[in-house]
Order: sequence, then C-alpha cells, then structure tokens
Amino acid sequence: MAEIRDVIPAFELFQPNSVANALGLLDKYGQDAWVLAGGQDSFDWLKDRIKRPKVVVDLGAIKELKGIRSVGDGLEIGATTSLTEVARNPVVKQRYSVLAQAAENVASPLIRNQGTLGGNLSQDSRCWYYRAGRPCFRAGGDLCYADSPTGMNREHAILEASGCMTVNPSDTAPALLVLDAKLVLRSRHGERVINAEDYFVGPVTDVRRLNSLQPNELLTAIRIPPTWAGAQFYFEKVRDRQVWDFALVNVAAAMRLSGRTIQHVQLAVNGVAARPLRLRAAEAALQGKGRTEQAAEAAAQIAVQGAEPLQHNGYKVTLMRNLIKRAVRGGAEATWAS
Amino acid sequence: MAEYKLIGHDYTTPEMLAKVTGQAKYSEDIRADGMLFCKLLLSPIPHAKVLKVDASEALAMNGVAAILTPDDLPEVTVPPAGLTPFALGGWTERALTKEPLYEGEPILAVAAVDEVTAAEAIEKIKVDLEPLPFVIDPLDALRPDGPNGRTQGNVFVGHVGIDSKDIQTLKWTAKDFEEVAAGRLPWDAKATVETSVGDVEAGLKQADLVLDETFFVQSTAHQVLEPRSTFAYWQNGKLYLYGSTQSMIRSVGPIARWVGIEPSQLVYISEYSGGGFGSKIQSYPYVAIPALLSKKTNRPVMLRISREAENYIGRMRPGFQARIKMGFRQDGRVTAIDSFIIEDPGPYELTSQAEVAAQVASNSYQPLAIRFRGIYVATNTPPKGAQRAPGLPQSVSMFEPLISKAARKLGLDQVEIRKINAPSSDSKFGVREPLQNLTSAYVREALNRGAELFKWQERKQRVSQRSGPKVRGIGVSVGSFTAGSVGYDGLLLVKPDGKLYIHQGIGNFGALAVMDTARVAAEFLGMPWKQCEVVWGGTGKHVPWSSNSGGSQTSHAHSRANYATALDLKRKLQEIAAQQMGGSPEAYEVDNGYVYRKDNTGGSLAFAKAAELAIKLGGKYDGHEIPQQVNAVTKASVTALAGQGLIGVAKDEFPRKGATQGFAAGFAEVELDLETGVYRIVDYTSVADVGTVLHPRNLGGQILGGSVEGFGHITTRNMIYERQDGKLVSRRMYQIRPPSILDVPLEMTWDAVNLPDPQNPVGIKGTGEPPVGAAAGAVLCAISDALSRVDKDIIYRTPIRLDRVLAALGSGKIHDLLAAYA
Repeated sequence: MAEIRDVIPAFELFQPNSVANALGLLDKYGQDAWVLAGGQDSFDWLKDRIKRPKVVVDLGAIKELKGIRSVGDGLEIGATTSLTEVARNPVVKQRYSVLAQAAENVASPLIRNQGTLGGNLSQDSRCWYYRAGRPCFRAGGDLCYADSPTGMNREHAILEASGCMTVNPSDTAPALLVLDAKLVLRSRHGERVINAEDYFVGPVTDVRRLNSLQPNELLTAIRIPPTWAGAQFYFEKVRDRQVWDFALVNVAAAMRLSGRTIQHVQLAVNGVAARPLRLRAAEAALQGKGRTEQAAEAAAQIAVQGAEPLQHNGYKVTLMRNLIKRAVRGGAEATWAS
Repeated sequence: MAEYKLIGHDYTTPEMLAKVTGQAKYSEDIRADGMLFCKLLLSPIPHAKVLKVDASEALAMNGVAAILTPDDLPEVTVPPAGLTPFALGGWTERALTKEPLYEGEPILAVAAVDEVTAAEAIEKIKVDLEPLPFVIDPLDALRPDGPNGRTQGNVFVGHVGIDSKDIQTLKWTAKDFEEVAAGRLPWDAKATVETSVGDVEAGLKQADLVLDETFFVQSTAHQVLEPRSTFAYWQNGKLYLYGSTQSMIRSVGPIARWVGIEPSQLVYISEYSGGGFGSKIQSYPYVAIPALLSKKTNRPVMLRISREAENYIGRMRPGFQARIKMGFRQDGRVTAIDSFIIEDPGPYELTSQAEVAAQVASNSYQPLAIRFRGIYVATNTPPKGAQRAPGLPQSVSMFEPLISKAARKLGLDQVEIRKINAPSSDSKFGVREPLQNLTSAYVREALNRGAELFKWQERKQRVSQRSGPKVRGIGVSVGSFTAGSVGYDGLLLVKPDGKLYIHQGIGNFGALAVMDTARVAAEFLGMPWKQCEVVWGGTGKHVPWSSNSGGSQTSHAHSRANYATALDLKRKLQEIAAQQMGGSPEAYEVDNGYVYRKDNTGGSLAFAKAAELAIKLGGKYDGHEIPQQVNAVTKASVTALAGQGLIGVAKDEFPRKGATQGFAAGFAEVELDLETGVYRIVDYTSVADVGTVLHPRNLGGQILGGSVEGFGHITTRNMIYERQDGKLVSRRMYQIRPPSILDVPLEMTWDAVNLPDPQNPVGIKGTGEPPVGAAAGAVLCAISDALSRVDKDIIYRTPIRLDRVLAALGSGKIHDLLAAYA
C-alpha cells in the first residue's frame, strides 16, 4: 500500500477540563490515546500519518496544569506552562536563571508561545530516520539507519548509544537536572515524584522511549527545590541556525563558589546521548578546585571520556568538551591555541 | 538626471492593503460548490519502473471521485517554439510518471470530497515498482563501474533531455578516482563541455600567484512561502485555472501545453502569488493534475502541495563539485581563470548553471583569459532549476574566497583587489566568443560607496583585536547577473472617467515590478498616481505580451515597454487636441490629466474628454486599429478593450547595445567563536548598481531580501541524502534550515549607485539577483578573514556549518569534502 506523508487522519478528540478527567480517559483508552500539550512534537507525527492514535487527549483546557507557583522555598511549574512564561517569570529569572535561559533558547518565539515545559521534557526523538517513519530500533524494527556505513549521523549520539543513536532534543532538561528538579507524575492510581534525571531513559533501558512516563500517566508538574537558588549558572546551546533549531549540544551548570574555589558544581549536557547526562565524574574532579582554565579543561576531558563518535559527528566531542570547559570557566574568558 | 515625480519616489503599492489584511486571495483560498481536493502518490524510491497500479480499493471508497494516471496526460514530446527550458523546468518532465526518476516524483493523483478522504485513498492504492539503478552523488555516476541515473546514460550533452542524443554515457578512469579519494577533482578527467576565451595556459604562466583548489557547493531547495497550489474548473469548453506563478501571461502557453489545450481555451487567474524565486517562472507541469481531474469529474478541483512535497517537486538550486585555477599578478589583477565544474541538474535535463557560474566570474573579475569545462551528470535527486541568481551564489562560493586568499598572500586590500578587477561600462564578458558588451557597469562606484558606508578602513583596524574566544572578520564581494530584456509590449487605456488604466501582463509575486513599472507610464504622461489603476492578474484582464517574470528582467523590460506606450498615448492625445483646438500636435503637452498648448495660449482638454473623443474617432485611437508590430496576445487584448476609450499600445523598439547586467557589492562582518565554531553575521551593507532607482523602498526590500538568501546559501541551507537507498533525509524546514529573520543582523544598510543605464531610455536595470551573490560572497570572505586571524585556511565547502569551522580550526581537513549527499 502506498504511503502519504500529508493530512492528519481523523481521530476522536477529548478536551478534558481536569487532570482527573484526563487520567480517566488515559485509563480507558490506554495505548490508543495520544496526549497533546502544545502540539509542537505531536502535529508532525500526526500529519506524517506515522503515529495514528484513535483518541487524542488535549490538555489545553486543564487550568491546574498551567502556571508557576511558590511551594515552600521552591517553585512548582505546571507541566503545560508555556516556555515563554517560564522564560519570562521573574522568580525563575531571579533565582533559577539557568532554566529561564534554557527555555528562552528553545526553537522560536512562536514555538515557545505554544510549546510547554512538560512537552519540552517529554518530546520524542528528532532522529531524521525515525521521524521519516523508517522501521528502526526505536520504531520497533531491527536496525539503526544512523549507525550504518552510509548513515547520515551528524546530529546523532556520541555517548551511551546502544543500538539506537538517537539524542534527546530537550533544552530545558539539562537545566532541570542541575537544579535537582523533581517531576510529578500522576495516574488514576496515585502520584509519584521522581528526580528529573530519572525521568529520562536511554536505549539500554528502553529503545522505544525517551522517558519513563507510562501510558496511563501524566506529567503534571515540575518542582524546583531551593537548593540551587541564586547560584552561579551557565547555559549555552549550540545549534546550526540561531532560531528554530534543536541543540547539537547544550550545556547547563550550577555552581557555588567560595572566592575562586568551587564548593559545589552540577553539570549536565544534552544532544549527545538519548538522555540528558549529569556529568558526575567531571563534577567530582572540580570539587574544591580553583575555577581556572586548567581545572575546566581537565573536567571537560573527563566528561568526554568514552565518547564514541560516528562517521559524521566527531565534532560533537570537541563541542561538548569546549562547552563544559566554558560552563566551568565562564564564556568570555578564554585563550585559544590551535 | 531628470527630475521625476514618481520614478525614484516611495509609494504604497496598490495590492499591499489586501496582502497585509489577508483579503488577498491566493489559489489555495478559492472555494466552489461541489469542489474536490486531490492528493498525490509520490514515488517512495529514487528510480523505478511502475509495473502495475491497482486503485480498485481506493476508487470503491465513499467520497473518492477519480484517479489520474500518466495515461490521462497529453503526450508532450516537442518543445514549442519560444519556450525555453530555463523557464519550463523540463521538456520531457510531466506531471505524473511511469518511470519515477527521483524519490517524491508524482506517480498518480486522487480526487475526493475532502483531503482526509483523498489521503486515505492514496494509502489504499497498490503500486508495484521495479527498482532501477540510481545515483545521488554525480561522482558515483562517473566511476568506471558506477550506476547511471538514466537508463539512456549518465550525462546530459544537449540542452533538451528529450532523446538519447541528449543523454550519453561518460565514465572517468580508476586513476581519476585516486585524485577524488585525495579530495581533489581530477584535472585531466574528461568533460562534456569545453569553452574558452583567450589563452588560459599563458595567463596562468604569467601569473605571480596561482591558486588551485577543489570546492563543493551545495544544492538548496526552494521552499517558497506559498506552495504551488492550483485550483481548476471547466466551463463551456474553457479551463479556468487559478495558479501560483511568477509570470502571468507567459504562463499561459506552458499551462495549455501541459493540459493539452490551446492557449485560447485557458482563462488563467493569478492575482497574488506567494513567491517564486525562479521555481515558478512559467508555472510547472503539476498544474495539469487538478485541470485534468476536473475535466474527468466535471467538478472543481483543488491541488494543495505539502511542505514535504515542495521539497521534492518544488525545484532546487543545483550543487557543484569543482576545481578552480586562478592566476593573479602581483598587483592583484586576475590573469586567468581555469574552471572544471561538475553540476548535478537532477534527472531531467541540463541546467547549465556551471557555465553561468564561469560567465558571471568573467563579468565580475574580468580575467584576461578564461576556460570553462563542465559535466552535467544525471542524478536521481529532485529536479534542479532556477533559484534567484541561478549560478551566482555557486560562483561566488568558489571565486570570492580565492580572491580573498590571493589578496592576503599578495598583501592587498580586499576592496582594492576587487576594484582592480571590476568591470566598467566599456568592458566585455563571456566564456564563449563573441564576448558580450555591457550596457553599463558601476562596480567601482558601488565598492567605493559600500566601503564608505561600512567604514571599511576603520573596521579593518577594529576587527584585528581579539576578545576572549571570539574573533572577527570582514569580507567584501561583488555579485553580477543579467538584469533586463527588451522587445515587449505595453497597453494603456484612458477611459471617459478620466483615469489611466495601466495593463500589465507580468506577475504579482512579491517583487512588485508589476506595480513599479506601471509608474513609468504615469510618469511620462504626467498623470497623478491616484488617477491611475494598475490592471493585472489574469487573461481576463486583457494584458499585453510581457517578459517572463524572472531573471531580474521585468523592471528593465517593462519600464521600456511602458515608456514606449506612454509616448504612443501622448502622441494620440496631442493629435486629438490638435484636431479639436487647432495647431500641430507638437504644440501640445500633457500633464496632470490634461493636454494643453505648450505656449499657454489657452485651450486644454481633459483626458476624460479625450477618451470620449477617441471613441468617436475610432481607428487607432480607441483600439480598432492595432500596430502591426505588437504581439498577437497584445492584439487580442486591444481588440477586447476597443471602444472603451483612448488606447495606447506599443512595442519596445528602443535600441539596446550590449547585454544588461546588474551589480551589487556586499560588505559583511562576522564574529566567530573559536571554541564552538558558531559565527554570527553582525553587520551587513550592500550597494547595488541597478541603473536609475525606480522605487527606493522596494529596492531596499529586494537588496536586503536577496542578501538574506545569500546568507542562507553560505550559512545553513542544505539537502542531505541517505546514499544506501537514495532517499532524502532532510525533509523538513527545520532540517533544511533556511535562515529566519532572527538569523540576520538587526540593522542592515543598503544603497544604490543610482546612475542611469544609457541603453534604457528610462535608465532602469533589474535588481533581484546580484545582491544574493554579493551577500553570499561577503559572508564567506568575512568567515575566511576571521579564520585567517588564527592562521587558518578558507573553507572549501558550503554551507559553512560549525562542524566544518571546527574542522578548519582543528586538522584543517574537511570531512568528506566532495560528497554530494552530506
């Protein structure tokens, strides 16, 4: 039968007005249901006719999923809060600026107005083979097109790849990792709160999914503890086009200094593996060290250890190393030697 | 220069309000009772033979009206006279095929009550395909045992890919491919085209510096804002077709040909078109699909093209694999250019942009000798065609960085070396004898003005200072391109309401020449613009025979045609006035809607009254007599308008010595991050030589809009294929990466030399294309300049992505320099 990558096929649309109603629908329709938030990931899957849900559950009308509120000394951000709102929120900007910066770097102003924080965390792989509907590992098949002698893998993984060479495309994920954020997942059977880092899964755990959200579950909120409020932050995203593009590599850092000595630091990157990576070995190497070019360089070297570039993405190793280096050292101060 | 009231002044074009308020109707906006929507079944593989199609299940669906297959299309074999392959995009190419030659080529179409049903019906069709050998990389086709992209062969040798004499087989030797493996195009390998002017060998020998480098220039998909959507219905034996094309009247012949009807059977409506950039010059074969489905079903049919299908059928700029030798004297003068260029025109026919690339180099740099050798290799990638300045960005991508490198080696200023080599009005150009004369060239003036606006000397000092991991670089480039044609008609009508109706057969696709050149007629009749109506947008509007709307020719062609026609109308007004009020026609002048005695001895006649008198007089005055020399299309339009008022009609028969060429100089500053390879264009200035400035605000839009296209060619735009199965992997806008408005500097500066072209009585030259090359070259040279600050070489492959910058900063070797799919 012929293929056509055009026109969204008909589906039954539900627009529940409460999380409880949404969860009821997810429970009822199970695998047949597709959760729609901002739609920026969903619509091209649907228009390409590759994902063909019978039922779409649109979260747009659920007020309790939107907005940013103080909880204790920290913050709770509703999962369908727009990226624009996250980027502009005064408390986020003042206390957790790494998240505001990350949100501000997502895609384009239009997409940030429509796209949600929960969606940015939960979005699917952008591997061009997978998104074209090819029968790869991630789609349930038995090969990875990117990991073949002719594979076009410039945008693919250099770390933790196993079978599938996908990278996670989220910009906000590494920011939330360094902030020790927690994610609230709800189903009809209750609520679980997990570390942001544990939300994401690599191909070894599950090659079909980028996160641990279950079919009957909703990501309802993102909680940010006060732990890193007001720390020294760094975020940088490197992409081909300065707007409306996914990260080739992005980096987030949170740091507390005593004078020029690093007391605590948390580092995370994305765009290099199927999940955002906390760089614990590099963090450990920096603990108690001076914030110097040399310390930054050494930590960056540790971070890229074990990187296995493919034919076209060797530059990502250089990029990741240099981004970590300047996340530690700071962006402006550098000496460059060829 | 003459003092003009309209020419050279800003105004709001008459279609602007409809566009910005959304009232403008594009083809896709049209709705009709009982209409059907159609969808295409595209080939899933790059080359195949269709063995069998079973659409029974689809046709049995509720709401499915018909399918259209290649058997329903008229035979098209012989190119009709007067139609150029440049404009048509293919002689042998048809709307649907039994032998798809690229992934995404339409095989059949389905019409149904709505798009949801049509798409479902496509999925129910069984197509048996026999895969055939395919080629994505032109070099693969030249390998001794490499596959051929066409069953007839692998290289195009004729200009019309219509039979076996136009497609032949050429293979290089295993030894040639040892060179390829080393990252060089083999200099001694066979070519299919060779042409030269002067003694290139001697030129290279006498040079103080010879650069010899291999380049790769990528192909870029068009992705115009409005996809090529078409709406069609039939009434009383005539086809009514709403299309999105650049040309209006010049699209009629090709559309009729593809549908298989006479031009007189077509009522073509194209009031608003959302951009073409060379991909819609005279329409495209797919217009036949809704037209013939409508005929089959006797219902109106809409074809909307998706973004993904635009990637496949919407045309692309052809990419090059090339090797260039360029000789320079100590003072920077270019002694010789020797070029060997492999072009990928796609599967259908030769696109000859490789030769254009050499030709524009001959113009911009005036080498003392030049040779071009080339091969046009058939590949199973989407068909290539014109894309704003076809051949020019590819040309500057090779020559400009070489000139920059030479200037650095010779210790010359980058602006000075371009001035030393720049053409002047008495220069000639070409890669074939006889050389063509220029009508005018004010390139040094443009370079001087640009250097002044850009503060070149001051900036040169400033950018040499480093800050942290970032270096800055500045670049300058020249772009040249064809800028005008001659010999077309104009048609003016003054009605008894006193208004001047300016009929225009060129298209309204954003470049606005359709409005701007109308101002020329008003200018020379002294007619207040508010008393003028521009009449455009379809065959039913009775328009004159016009130039193609493409190739930067309309402003030139129709400023001349409308000037000629204004003179004709003026003469008729003078004659009518003389008849009414005595004296000779020469005693009368026209202005402000009146014809009056020059000596102010009384007596004047309003245009409204003159129109009434013209109707009474008949004959040539009201269109019942038509000058012999105008085109048959113009004659038919005049006949339709005859009796409605005073008619002016004329053909542009003004002499022109030489070829009209436009020029632009571009100046860019970039900031390049040595740790990430990311660079940003921080400032840009462009100065154009477009003759007399017709409409400043629109010119600014053309110069800066064209510049952004040039930026995209250098920075991000790309097509990537999977070589294993020949399928496109960059299918989406975010993957093919045209620059967005947030990728360009906030403030850009433009200016024009504003010196009239002596070979156009109105002084105007075309505008659209040179700025693309100037911008591409300037950004490329600015990147080269930045890299030179850390003693790194230029980059030999576009687009200059950050991974290539990092490679240049590291080993200096570009990964897969010559690979056409990466």
